[in-house]
Amino acid sequence: MEDYNFAYLDEQTKRMIRRALMKAVAIPGYQVPFASREMPMPYGWGTGGVQVTAACLTPEDQLKVIDQGADDTTNAVSIRKFFQRTAGVAVTEATAEATVIQTRHRIPETPLTEGQILVYQVPIPEPLRFLEPREVETRRMHALEDYGLMHVKLYEDIAKHGEIATSYAYPVKVEGRYVMDPSPIPKFDNPKLGGNAALQLFGAGREQRIYALPPYTQVVSLDFEDHPFVASKADHPCALCGATDSYLDEVIVDDEGGRMFVCSDTDYCTGRQQAWTEDAA
Amino acid sequence: MTPLLQVKSLTKRYGPRIGCADVSFDLYPGEVMGIVGESGSGKSTLLGCLAGHMSPDEGQVIFDTATGPRDTLRMTEPERRMLSRTDWAYVHQNPRDGLRMGVSAGGNVGERLMAVGNRHYGRIRETATDWLGRVEIAADRIDDRPSAFSGGMQQRLQIARNLVTGPRLVFMDEPTGGLDVSVQARLLDLLRGLVREMGLSAIIVTHDLAVVRLLADRLMVMKSGHVIEAGLTDQVLDDPQHGYTQLLVSSVLQV
Ligand SMILES: [Zn+2]
Repeated sequence: MEDYNFAYLDEQTKRMIRRALMKAVAIPGYQVPFASREMPMPYGWGTGGVQVTAACLTPEDQLKVIDQGADDTTNAVSIRKFFQRTAGVAVTEATAEATVIQTRHRIPETPLTEGQILVYQVPIPEPLRFLEPREVETRRMHALEDYGLMHVKLYEDIAKHGEIATSYAYPVKVEGRYVMDPSPIPKFDNPKLGGNAALQLFGAGREQRIYALPPYTQVVSLDFEDHPFVASKADHPCALCGATDSYLDEVIVDDEGGRMFVCSDTDYCTGRQQAWTEDAA
Repeated sequence: MTPLLQVKSLTKRYGPRIGCADVSFDLYPGEVMGIVGESGSGKSTLLGCLAGHMSPDEGQVIFDTATGPRDTLRMTEPERRMLSRTDWAYVHQNPRDGLRMGVSAGGNVGERLMAVGNRHYGRIRETATDWLGRVEIAADRIDDRPSAFSGGMQQRLQIARNLVTGPRLVFMDEPTGGLDVSVQARLLDLLRGLVREMGLSAIIVTHDLAVVRLLADRLMVMKSGHVIEAGLTDQVLDDPQHGYTQLLVSSVLQV
């Protein structure tokens, strides 16, 4: 791998991506087209996020990669290894120590701070795609703030399920202007999108789009007056660390179908368990 | 009284060919204007230019907006879109062009309400239910998709979807086209009832003289892109002056 440029991409490509990122930061929530490059991994592995991370990394960075909140899944491990080999950057599992965090499907529980960058892997960047397949038309709808259709989607949800059943990729409005797909994070994470101290960058490789939320951006989850947005989660404490404020995964623990709820954010959970043990000692 | 719509010298060319030429008329609030002619007469081009779907080469389409008369051809795209989801409505010949086939009947009717800022699910649904009733669709079909509806029902749903926000001007392109005769009659009755009840202003393009006889106060007859005869509907149909109109009327009588 020594033949590659720092962080795999050549400097010209990184400049092109950085220009798209600058534009995305200047217009929060707006999808900026960019010329996505072939990466040495399949699209489902978050090539959009990988390219954004590659364009942001400096040799001094500390990189954390998570998939569904965990640092140890195959996807997270291979992306982390990829950047260790191509950029030689330090890696970490601790949210607080990381300067760049690439994520799929979660926002870390530990509040992010100024100077940190959170990079999301995005499969489908267009929040209107579900009801309007024509790209030309969805672009025009964004340009003209013609967002009635977005509420039609939520209306259909309530008509069908009695409540807004959308629990992932829950649409938001950014700074009162652009409607944005926050990528398939659970809606539990939506409140962390707004007013966040970190810079949030979104990369969609196959669809060739980049968008961003600069620090402290106003982000509002769409809803109805009589069906307000609720950042719901499983109504349990974490079976490992006892947290009642974190997003939980249901895991099967034995052959008899035994289940328990544990934090999806492994760093957060481990940190709390360690603090416990230290207190006890 | 200020006309709701003033059309002045509207001309649209397709290269050397004329789409419609030098069309002028006023439409007053509560009036229904019928535009008839054979296919290729320019009536669809005219409707497209009036509704903002096509850009004419010359002329003005002045609409009496909330803030006074404005030439809609000189509006910005956002202004025109806003107009088309508030004061204006457009009923397509093929309901598939005017409906969202993947969205329930209630969602179809509710979309315009949500587009103008309604954010109360219960009230949107209530209004949608009411409108389904007004176009004779059973309330228990509210969560069905239009693809499960007959052609006549789809067209009635499209009408409800358009009228729900109380538009001041409705464009209709062959609203009964493609439907069986018995279904057409029922739809015409329904449309006539709504037009009277709501005091709607409308411009209806059709090749079917029965439609204009029933719905239109005034009539324009088009041929080769030009308006060749205009007047009160009964007058034009009962005592046509132009040879072409006479031919149109007599061909209907023969049917
Ligand atoms: Zn835990």
